[in-house]
Amino acid sequence: MFVAVPLAGAFLIPLLAKLWSRLSDIVANIVAATLVGLSFYGWLYIRTGGMPLCYWVGGWRLIGIAMWFDALTALIVLIINIVGFCATLYSVRYLDRYSSGRWKFYTLLTLLLAGLNGLAISGDLFNMFVFIEISAIASYALVAFGTEEEEVEAAFKYMVLGEVGGTVLLFGIALLYAKASTLNLAHLSQVLSGMGRTPFYWFVIATLLIGFAIKMGMEPFHAWLADAHFSAPAPISAMLSGVFIKVTGVYGMCRLMFNVFGISRAATPAFFNLLIAFGAVSMVLGGLLAFSQNDYKRLLAYSSISQIGYILVGLGVGNFWGIAGALFHILAHALSKGTLFLAAGSVESQTGTRELDHLKGLERTMPLTSWAHILGSFSMAGVPPFAGFFSKLFIIIGAITGRMYWLAFLAALFSAVTFAYLTKVVNRAIFARKDEAVTQAKEAPALMVLGMVILVILILAVGIGFWGVQTQLVAPAAKVLLNGLDYARLVLGG
Amino acid sequence: MIPFIACVLLLLIGLYVVIAKRNLIKIAIGFCLIEYAVNLFFALVGFKKGALAPIITQPEQVRMSVTRNFVDPIPQALVLTAIVIGLSTTALMLSLALRLYERYKTFDISEIRKLKG
Repeated sequence: MFVAVPLAGAFLIPLLAKLWSRLSDIVANIVAATLVGLSFYGWLYIRTGGMPLCYWVGGWRLIGIAMWFDALTALIVLIINIVGFCATLYSVRYLDRYSSGRWKFYTLLTLLLAGLNGLAISGDLFNMFVFIEISAIASYALVAFGTEEEEVEAAFKYMVLGEVGGTVLLFGIALLYAKASTLNLAHLSQVLSGMGRTPFYWFVIATLLIGFAIKMGMEPFHAWLADAHFSAPAPISAMLSGVFIKVTGVYGMCRLMFNVFGISRAATPAFFNLLIAFGAVSMVLGGLLAFSQNDYKRLLAYSSISQIGYILVGLGVGNFWGIAGALFHILAHALSKGTLFLAAGSVESQTGTRELDHLKGLERTMPLTSWAHILGSFSMAGVPPFAGFFSKLFIIIGAITGRMYWLAFLAALFSAVTFAYLTKVVNRAIFARKDEAVTQAKEAPALMVLGMVILVILILAVGIGFWGVQTQLVAPAAKVLLNGLDYARLVLGG
Repeated sequence: MIPFIACVLLLLIGLYVVIAKRNLIKIAIGFCLIEYAVNLFFALVGFKKGALAPIITQPEQVRMSVTRNFVDPIPQALVLTAIVIGLSTTALMLSLALRLYERYKTFDISEIRKLKG
């Protein structure tokens, strides 16, 4: 269902848009809202003790394609669809600046959602690859949507790097298939646990890791992130940064590494230390680079690199708090970065500029956007009681429990750096004296603000109710990752 | 063994082209080379010496256990999918390159540097 709905939407939109161009907005929003509803339904089903759902396509058990919905999937699917829905709402007015092709945008956006949802629920290795590529190609086209020079250049760079990453991933999958002769993830994990830890095994893991690293903007493959987020239309930046990187990169890697390869801290510390190393580098580099940026969206893009570093560090720590913190941070970052990018977009569409030096005095002219940005920044930087605070807290607790004090210190330090560069925007753009260019700016149109406000409310809700979110949503997902090899048992038994 | 090494060599050549060449179209071609290399590798994974193509021509073959003599069909199906994905990617890449040419009047990537950092 998760795949069928957005795919159907993607097909309907080009047809219906011939009738009435506004129809594409409505269809896209209905699709996105339906997906949100389905996500909640799925999560509640899992939460009330239902066994994870497994659906074999065409009824071919074990030689067919499996679709699988467990606690981790529930979390990821919720994130995709909530941010997707807010972005779709926001797009209704944001697209006014592009004179034509509204329906193209919505078609691509629903394709992106279809790809991401499909990735989250697929239980088959090649199926994952196909959905990663679907969402990747949709995102390349969306980044280039404005077809101005910058955007096309950024899209080309992004595309070459992203596709090389995808092809490396395909190479890793080919190697894996050569050894294991099966593509079903559960069966694969059983076959792999029977094989020894040969150098070939490590080579396959390394190849897959490089493929995923390119997709998620981990060091040293982060080069495409800044330009792509910077040039894409604002709701796409929100989707890209908050959702796409995490789902295709981090989730893909986690599902493969934890559930299929059965990596755990005890057995293979080298892998986890690698994650920590790269994560720490991402955190530091992204944070420092963000500091010196003068453009609103580019600053946010570098911040994303830094936050991915946090998530990798949390995963690398490997114990329950670390992984739970990383998953919580995926949620918190999706919400916060989504808010920030949408706020940046509304500022840009109302004032026509993104240079921080030119934006002053926004608090008076665009109060709702300013407050959305401020609250999003607080969550991003880890100020209580917002969502970001708890996610970073869990990561730090995980680091301390794992006796890596220097890591905890680094994480806390870079929270402060995050706060610093985000406050820079707040100070310069929002609270400073008015500038002439900005006095004509009005508040953004209602639907754009609505998208942002929903995300902000969610940030607050997740923050204040963090314990509920933790136990209901994040902890089961973390357990799925920790008890990696149970995945096979559950799929094949049930 | 030799075909596999050749595939990896092709992949490395493609990678070199993507990294070192300055013309946009050459970069796109380099990416296509990488794509071909990986697809070829994947198709070769399923190959068995002296085996038949996995097409059942007579019904008797289904009942006899001739599965050992067929080439593995799964990689072929997967490579088909991957080729289609590669096709759409190449199409998108080239159309982006064309659009860049329209704006910048050149294919040289050192000229197309509007984005810094």
